[in-house]
Amino acid sequence: MAEFSTSVKDAGDVNIIYLKGYLDAHTAPTLENTFSNLIDRERYSIVVNFKDLAYISSAGLGVFMAFIEKVRENKGDIKLSAMSDKVFNIFDLLGFPLLYEIFKTEDEAITKFKEIKKLENQ
Amino acid sequence: MKTNNKKIKEKELVVKSRTNNLSFIRDFVYGAAAEVGIPADIIENIILAVDEACTNIIKHAYKSYPEGEITIRLKYSNKKFTILIVDHGAPFKPESVPDPDLQKYYRQHRIGGLGMYLMKSLMDEVKYVSIPGKYNQVLLTKNLTVTH
Repeated sequence: MAEFSTSVKDAGDVNIIYLKGYLDAHTAPTLENTFSNLIDRERYSIVVNFKDLAYISSAGLGVFMAFIEKVRENKGDIKLSAMSDKVFNIFDLLGFPLLYEIFKTEDEAITKFKEIKKLENQ
Repeated sequence: MKTNNKKIKEKELVVKSRTNNLSFIRDFVYGAAAEVGIPADIIENIILAVDEACTNIIKHAYKSYPEGEITIRLKYSNKKFTILIVDHGAPFKPESVPDPDLQKYYRQHRIGGLGMYLMKSLMDEVKYVSIPGKYNQVLLTKNLTVTH
């Protein structure tokens, strides 16, 4: 059976979800739970790190669609980072770059959240 | 890449309609495609298309009923890799599935049709035949005429 796991790191106001393995219709509920747990804790500034994600199908892509509006309604965002070319191509094929900000590195995504916060506090 | 004129006979896999079989299906297709020398990046596209087809069968044709059967038949000849996937679930009308509209999904919090769009994008041909009360089949074709 395909292995998939997530881990979550708190980095100040931002949470980072690390994806590992194979994200398909069988493993997508694991990622749904991870998002639900963060939203239950009212953590809405979310960076997803794709570095160790080997595979994604549309069932995995659907998870991001399921949570994005709720997160943005709460002045947060889901920012994507560190995708392999292979995974990016699938997101790109389906037009996701129009709806999500995708960064080369996790740090760039975190910095973007901090910049927004700074502007809000001015 | 070396030219490879090896031919595989048809290879067949029959699995139950359960999502935990998706990785098994992908491994099966990957192994057979690698055996005939298809480049890895093309195999990746093929296995994603097969995964999407089987996921649709599990969710829509069998409506997550876990005892349905999915038959996957692979064939490589004349520089064409074909995958025939057969199920005995609810009849399927591919024309009823519109191309995905992400903006619409964003508003409706749901998503659908992405899998079929991916299949059409990644394969050279996607052909459905549905005989209500008997079977559905989808034939995926990848042409390998280009030298890699």
